[in-house]
Amino acid sequence: MLRFLVTRFLWMVPSLFVISFLAFVLIQLPPGDYVTTYIATLAASNEIVDQNQAADLRQRFGLDQPMIVQYWKWITGILLRGDFGLSFEWQQPVSELIWERMALTLVLTFSTLLATWAIALPVGIYSAVRKYSIGDYIATFFSFLGLAIPSFLLALVLMYLAAVEWGQEVGGLFSEKYQTAPWSWGKVVDLLWHLWIPVIILAVSGTASLIRVMRANMLDELNRAYVTTARAKGLSEFRLLMKYPVRLALNPFISTIAWLLPNLVSGSIIVAIVLSLPTAGPLLLQSLMAQDMYLAGAFILLICALTLIGSLISDILLAIVDPRIRLE
Amino acid sequence: MTGSNVVLEVKDLVTHFPTRTGVVKAVDGVSFKIERGKTLCVVGESGSGKSVTARSILQIVDTPGRIVSGSMMLHRPNGSSVDLATLNPRGPEIRAVRGAEIAMIFQEPMSSLSPVHTVGDQIMEVLRLHLKMSKADARARTIELLKQVEIPNPDRAIDRYTFEFSGGMRQRVMIAMSLACNPSLLIADEPTTALDVTTQAEILDLIKRLQQRHGMGVMFITHDMGVVAEIADDVLVMYHGKVMEEGPVDRIFHAPQDAYTKMLIGSVLKLERKADIRLKRAPIDEKAPPVVEIKNLVMHFGSGNNLVKAVDDVSLSVRPGETLGIVGESGSGKTTMGRCLMRVYQPTGGQMSYRRADGSVVDLVAADKHKLRECRREIRMIFQDPVGSLNPRMTVAQIIGEPLLVNEIAKGAELDDRVADLMRQVGLEPAWRERYPHAFSGGQRQRIGIARAIALNPRLIVADEATSALDVSLRSQMLDLMMNLQDKLGLSYVFISHDIGVIRYMCDRIAVMYRGKVVETGETEQVCDAPNHAYTKALLSAIPRPDPRARRMGQRHRYVA
Repeated sequence: MLRFLVTRFLWMVPSLFVISFLAFVLIQLPPGDYVTTYIATLAASNEIVDQNQAADLRQRFGLDQPMIVQYWKWITGILLRGDFGLSFEWQQPVSELIWERMALTLVLTFSTLLATWAIALPVGIYSAVRKYSIGDYIATFFSFLGLAIPSFLLALVLMYLAAVEWGQEVGGLFSEKYQTAPWSWGKVVDLLWHLWIPVIILAVSGTASLIRVMRANMLDELNRAYVTTARAKGLSEFRLLMKYPVRLALNPFISTIAWLLPNLVSGSIIVAIVLSLPTAGPLLLQSLMAQDMYLAGAFILLICALTLIGSLISDILLAIVDPRIRLE
Repeated sequence: MTGSNVVLEVKDLVTHFPTRTGVVKAVDGVSFKIERGKTLCVVGESGSGKSVTARSILQIVDTPGRIVSGSMMLHRPNGSSVDLATLNPRGPEIRAVRGAEIAMIFQEPMSSLSPVHTVGDQIMEVLRLHLKMSKADARARTIELLKQVEIPNPDRAIDRYTFEFSGGMRQRVMIAMSLACNPSLLIADEPTTALDVTTQAEILDLIKRLQQRHGMGVMFITHDMGVVAEIADDVLVMYHGKVMEEGPVDRIFHAPQDAYTKMLIGSVLKLERKADIRLKRAPIDEKAPPVVEIKNLVMHFGSGNNLVKAVDDVSLSVRPGETLGIVGESGSGKTTMGRCLMRVYQPTGGQMSYRRADGSVVDLVAADKHKLRECRREIRMIFQDPVGSLNPRMTVAQIIGEPLLVNEIAKGAELDDRVADLMRQVGLEPAWRERYPHAFSGGQRQRIGIARAIALNPRLIVADEATSALDVSLRSQMLDLMMNLQDKLGLSYVFISHDIGVIRYMCDRIAVMYRGKVVETGETEQVCDAPNHAYTKALLSAIPRPDPRARRMGQRHRYVA
């Protein structure tokens, strides 16, 4: 086990190195750079920037150097000083921009996850145990409905309902009053008050697919011989369900952690934009469009690191939960 | 009135399975009694309803099955009685009976235990549930139970998982679990069917001793008449959900009344000696050069510490028209040997000289692709599982015709004729050609497999446990068919089986395999009646004979390598 962990960690180093390089190359691939985009924006508002000024800007940002040099400066900055560079567009250090958004994204994602599991797992179990009952059909109907509705549409509808019918302030995660205020008890309450709409929207499609997966997993397990054995021991139906088939049906979910973490950053961008949430997704999109390469690079590096960490965590958890899996 | 010794009294039990095409009467008016300290064996072929009867007693019949009528009186030692049929299948009363007063063990010890819970956890659960024991007490009792079923190092075994145990050990764990609350009745549903004969003998022995110690009644479900003769006090013969005959074991075996029982006992006894066709046949020409000569065949899997010598320096030969039986327990390498012969596996070393019809000799180990392809037309295989070895999406005609088609031997109308002819040869109606495999019974499916194997006019057929999945009454029919085809087509067989009865019935010579090595070869009679090697002796002594007057579990030898 320990040897497995050490080798896995050691493998992560070259992986991250390669990934960071690829990410950097990919960001540079589209024609032009941040200065081109910047000039284009200025030109849109009828300001003319001449070639000298552009060259000046490029030199200041270090964009005139060969790519490999730029990469070297970037990666050594991260490794030696924890400096992710400067966002061109925001004129702020990247790290300052990212962390607050990441924290809010974390809050949102985990609330969504809790809501999803809290609804989907019991419904999925019920649906499997009472296969082809009225309850199963109702759950199946709603889960297909939830799968079919695009989440941005649901976001628009809910926003309309909340704003027009119930007179609630929608959009964002904070009221104006708390937008820039330092953290306080009031701000936390305000956050919770704003959180439910995005949580519902994001949870709907996740819940729907999770119900289907849980139902299918459970149906596989329910006919296993060990369930009959447990019944022959005299266990009550509920206890034996929870202890045997549910326990085994949950195993596949642990492996989903691997893609849950990277989803923190890149998931649900459209909903976040529609609801103008201050999460990581919209910022990533914007930085890519503006060719704000250090900001985009930091995000992509983060996604990759989270993917690697996520799969490591789910491997370890799987080995703990399922004794048949040996890490060697 | 019933004596005080009766534990369970079942009267006119009827269990139905409503399906889309109508009601299946799985159990149709079954009555019997089980006495304390006695063993009732329920025998019958697959689909006879013996398992459903057992499950009905505990009301754990799989959905959509349900008990329609009948009574099942459980007589408790304190004199009170309860009718199990009237209890709610989910209610607390029946749950208090399950696992405590009536315990059950199942056929597949691997899948019947949860793979993700420790053995101890699963046994302690019963103790804590029924006897309300504390954790520490339950643990101590579990260790004691594991010791009773002779699991080595019980205080360490308790924290291990099922996959860390062998099949026999897992079944011991199941038994320990069922004994946890000292039940008055133990229901064993084919508990030894998935096990090797030597392991089976040990498990039967264990159940017997525990029964004597605890004085419980045992209801033992099996299709193996040898096991019945060995352990039964009374026998219940079932067929299509009905009781055909019931009585003391000696009467069932030596003076059966019912026609079905007679047929069942007859087909078992038939496999106790050599087939009539073989006794009548002229002896095989010993000087004829062998069809296949295997020399020092070696097949290794894995490497380093995980090296498995599946086949370890095996030398054998098969003469034309001869049947060579290969017998051994699971893990002895007999199946691997068969697959090497087909070159499904690339052997690690050795020689397999195959003599073709024109007299030329090909070494199958070294043969190139082209040569191998030609030889494979002449060496065919019949598999154990008649369900898994037929493609469910192909019709019978397609399955049987496939080898002819892919080898470009026949097509169109000629192919149709050949397929019809092959079907007639194995006793199938050519009119069934458009049906799919699921429409056939197990025996018929195996006939399809045989027709496919002889389609290319082969010279050698490797049959790997070809009759193991079939009921006894079908087994001798299938073997007779194979021998008829052998004489008609001049085939040689390599017949792989763990069932010494089948081997003795049909084979001319036997090779006994143990841990990858051939420990003994010889004429069938010599090996079966006067074995030389200690392992062969142990193996033969572990096989229960279908005669209750010749019980011999007690005089079994054990072989320790």
